Amino acid sequence: MLLKLEGLRKSYPGGVTALDDVSLDLMPGEHVSLVGESGCGKTTLARVVMGLVAPDAGRVFFEGREFSSVRARRGMFCRKVRMVFQDPFTSLDPRYSVRAILGEALRLEPRMTRGEELARMRGVLALVRLPPDILARYPHEFSGGERQRIAMARALMSQPSLLILDEALSSLDVLVQQDILSVLEELPRRTGVTYLFIAHNLRAVRRLSRRVAVMRQGRIIECAGRDELFSSPSHPYTQALLKAAFNYEVSV
Amino acid sequence: MEKPRSETGLAWQRFTSDRAALAALWVLGALYAAALLADVAAPYSLKDESREHPYCPPTAIHLLAPDGRLIGPHVRGMAMAYDTFRRRVYRATPEVYPLRFFGKGEPYRLLGFLPFDRHLFIVDAPGRVYLLGADSRGRDIFSRILHGARVSLTIGLFGVIISFGIGLLVGGIAGYWGGRVDDVLMRVCEMVMMVPGFYLLLALRAAVPDSLDPLQVYAAIIIILSFIGWAGLARVIRGMCLSLKERDYVLAARTMGLTDMEIIVRHVLPHTISYSLAAVTLAVPGYILGESALSLIGLGIQDPYASWGNMLAEAMSIVRIQFAPWILWPAFFIGITVLSFNVAGDALRDAWDPLLKGRGEST
Ligand SMILES: Nc1ncnc2c1ncn2[C@@H]1O[C@H](COP(=O)(O)OP(=O)(O)OP(=O)(O)O)[C@@H](O)[C@H]1O
Ligand SMILES: [Mg+2]
Repeated sequence: MLLKLEGLRKSYPGGVTALDDVSLDLMPGEHVSLVGESGCGKTTLARVVMGLVAPDAGRVFFEGREFSSVRARRGMFCRKVRMVFQDPFTSLDPRYSVRAILGEALRLEPRMTRGEELARMRGVLALVRLPPDILARYPHEFSGGERQRIAMARALMSQPSLLILDEALSSLDVLVQQDILSVLEELPRRTGVTYLFIAHNLRAVRRLSRRVAVMRQGRIIECAGRDELFSSPSHPYTQALLKAAFNYEVSV
Repeated sequence: MEKPRSETGLAWQRFTSDRAALAALWVLGALYAAALLADVAAPYSLKDESREHPYCPPTAIHLLAPDGRLIGPHVRGMAMAYDTFRRRVYRATPEVYPLRFFGKGEPYRLLGFLPFDRHLFIVDAPGRVYLLGADSRGRDIFSRILHGARVSLTIGLFGVIISFGIGLLVGGIAGYWGGRVDDVLMRVCEMVMMVPGFYLLLALRAAVPDSLDPLQVYAAIIIILSFIGWAGLARVIRGMCLSLKERDYVLAARTMGLTDMEIIVRHVLPHTISYSLAAVTLAVPGYILGESALSLIGLGIQDPYASWGNMLAEAMSIVRIQFAPWILWPAFFIGITVLSFNVAGDALRDAWDPLLKGRGEST
């Protein structure tokens, strides 16, 4: 078991229950997708896992060890679980060069020589199909798609075993989405990384994941294998969601 | 290939492509340089006065001697007399006093320590050169403006540095920790901001004893002005920290295991400084005007020390302004300084703005 979430709860001041007893298991290589309408708590779940938001209750296990307290997640967990944010225009600090941005991701790694660092940077840039000579450039010199690849490269720097992609394609246009999607498709083969893929785009979900969890109002209401879920969804909400999504995509 | 540029580099490029901002920068540079080198640039010292030349108008610089020969730049003697209405008038006398550039004059210590006695330009006694006229005691206004610039221009800088320091600290703490600390600090800020600045200034000045030497008065003014000024900055910085700590790149840094301190130093403070640089530049005029106001009403720098504010105290009479309008020169210098800081501050803000547009928060 790679990641195991047990009974996570989180409500925000003001009475919004963003997570209501969420449990989820992820096997290595399983690539679970998380779908659901806006505001159902997907980002909150990602943030709770990353230790950015403290849950009210619940336990987090990673590779068999418990990391329930946010503090415990600071070390090894942070190296092995990385997140890519939705908006590549805000997730890279405009003040720093690509090299500094990638370098920051090595903070928890054992010390490396400059040569090793550079080699690692070139390696991850190659994985996301970016040329190695961009290290001296700054985020504002890149397009949205390129930035998202830099963000992905940063997430890969510490050779994580789990990558949480929080709507990592949503802010990009369709062609760029295809492009990033193809990068994402081949990454697991080359790095052994597993995805927790949070998305709206059901086609992308179908391409990337083996299992899909459907979330609504802070609860996971259905979690099934991809083919099973797409062909015969059991929960009425899932049926409605699929219908809406595919009707919409067909009509466009 | 074009060299990659950082955000700071781009902002600087935009700043320097703004003509008005560059001009303001040059003006400020010249003023501060003049203040630094006041002893050299000014023909007379602070203590110098001439009883025979009260309110002497600006002296003309002549090139031709009275008999028409070309003898180079010089000034004529000035004799005071009274006209039929018993008004003071000055007549030029035939004596010629050549301007001596880098001539020997009153000794002083250059930059505070190097003994020196050369002045940029000077005339031999009993001749007097009043580039911008003289005040009631025959003191050279040009020299006093240069000496006064040291006070007036540095009070703004030191004041802003101190209140910016306090503001950064208080605003940062309030913005980061949030909760109760934030509440308390912000209420204190509001209390300071609630009292109209000038009354607070007077009240604080009244709390400081009168029997201070000029350096103590100078320090007291800076402290009083920064005490008034920090609250506004603290609030601005708090607001910035509040939004900055939610930026995705800050969150990303947290997920990568950077400590809070590293994040503050690397990802939060650099962003507040770009904004606050403009705020700070725009705040300097307030300090300059505050000092002027205090000195003008006699609570600031005292004679014989000069500040632009206390020089203007003489100009508080319409009659004097009528007969000796040149005593208003300090007001002109206050004006261009304030204007330059405002232009530069605006341009700084504009230089950063285009990069900040279209980069709103999102989750
Ligand atoms: N910091 C916060 N304070 C208060 N309420 C919040 C906060 N963050 C999120 N919420 C609320 O929690 C709920 C879940 O938000 P979340 O961002 O997790 O949704 P989401 O599934 O990611 O939506 P989207 O698809 O739009 O990104 C929403 O109702 C939201 O209004
Ligand atoms: Mg979200």
